[in-house]
Amino acid sequence: MLLPSHFHREVNMSVVVANDIRKSFGPLEVLKGVSLNVEAGEVIALIGRSGSGKSTFLRCLNGLETVDSGLIQIAGHAMSRKPAALRELRRDVGIVFQSYNLFPHLTAGENIMLAPVQVKGETKVAARDEAQRCLSMVGLGDRFDAYPDMLSGGQQQRVAIARSLAMRPKVLLFDEVTSALDPELTGEVLAVIEDLARQGMTMLLVTHEMGFARRVADRTIFMKDGIIHEGGPSAEFFTNPRTPELQAFLRSEIG
Amino acid sequence: MDYTFQFGLLLNYLPQFISGFWLTMLLAFVGIFGGIALGIGCAVASTLPGWLPRFLVRCYVEAMRNTPLLVQIFVIFFGLPNIGVRMSPLASVFIALVLNNGGYIAEIVRGGIQSTHRSQVEAAESLGMTYLQTLRFVILPPALEKVFTPIVSQCVLLMLSTSLVSAIGVEDLTGAAMIASSETFRTMEVYLMIAAVYVLMNFVFRAILNLAGLLIFRRSRRNIFRGI
Repeated sequence: MLLPSHFHREVNMSVVVANDIRKSFGPLEVLKGVSLNVEAGEVIALIGRSGSGKSTFLRCLNGLETVDSGLIQIAGHAMSRKPAALRELRRDVGIVFQSYNLFPHLTAGENIMLAPVQVKGETKVAARDEAQRCLSMVGLGDRFDAYPDMLSGGQQQRVAIARSLAMRPKVLLFDEVTSALDPELTGEVLAVIEDLARQGMTMLLVTHEMGFARRVADRTIFMKDGIIHEGGPSAEFFTNPRTPELQAFLRSEIG
Repeated sequence: MDYTFQFGLLLNYLPQFISGFWLTMLLAFVGIFGGIALGIGCAVASTLPGWLPRFLVRCYVEAMRNTPLLVQIFVIFFGLPNIGVRMSPLASVFIALVLNNGGYIAEIVRGGIQSTHRSQVEAAESLGMTYLQTLRFVILPPALEKVFTPIVSQCVLLMLSTSLVSAIGVEDLTGAAMIASSETFRTMEVYLMIAAVYVLMNFVFRAILNLAGLLIFRRSRRNIFRGI
């Protein structure tokens, strides 16, 4: 099928295209038609109450959850259920989890080196240099040989970010990455993410940090009951929320 | 009680004891490492998607864990020839020991694998790793580290169980002792002596396995050094 040329351009520029995503867990429909386009270099914050579907939507974007219907294109890959195609996609789409999920039996450096060596076939020497560089980027250049259980939660989360960065992803997904951290440790993780934003990394963040979303995200999206209830440029979004639901949510979150 | 211990007589049987000792070592070695390999393979198979591999492993594990090793040896050595599979006593006991140990190890390792959190797999898959890579680098190492102590216990137990092979005439340490005792009637001396040898072998195997564990699992090694 021939598409109009402007559509081509739009697809090429969008790093993430999600079109009418639907997803149910049993009888419960958690995503009821979510559509979102993310341009290269954009930072998108996804906010909403728990159960609103924001984490599920994020997990659909790298295939951790399958979708029931709808189209996902991300980092130039069409979402697929075929393992090989999915692996190709995941090489370009990093994800950082709330519970860090570092590999406990490997040092910080080895956690970062594992995928570049095994998945990309890099030499250990090259992967080591890259791991060192990524650790320095998150401010942990001196903790290469530390095991995860020797690091604080904030440090572990920064190692997890470095582990994703080492794959040189085109998009990074953050799934409530500071929700398990003390306020003090939250700051050091957010600073790393903010730094990535400045460097032009395309990112989608599910977050409860409203101040951070407002400051760092280009656009913020409010999800409610499995749909995008309201979304727009962050400055406008937080100053002039249009719907009463978002107004109520922001009141309860910011106080 | 006026029993006079006479160990001197046993010296005549030294060559038999020594060859029996080495055979016991060999049986234990093959049983332990063959069993570990088989057990890990089965544990992995039982976590594969689909019910068939899990069902087959389940049957195998239950069969091994719910029947005496001696009966397993008898089935293989005396039973299989009836259906046309004839093996030497030695081949029979090697197979029986590996199968028996494999069943126990499979169950232990399965527990270790299941205790590895699903999120670890998600993290590995999200990095683009294949299932085999995830298994090899993310699931198995911490799983084996967690269950290493029960694996060592099981393997030492298996080393002691190798004595059962004497029942079908294999001349391991116990087999050699049976011959020596029936020819000299110094029963007490013979069995006390080999009991001491088993204790010694027990220590040796435990030491070897624990050392291997320290070499393989660097994180535990760190904990030991930290303890000092």
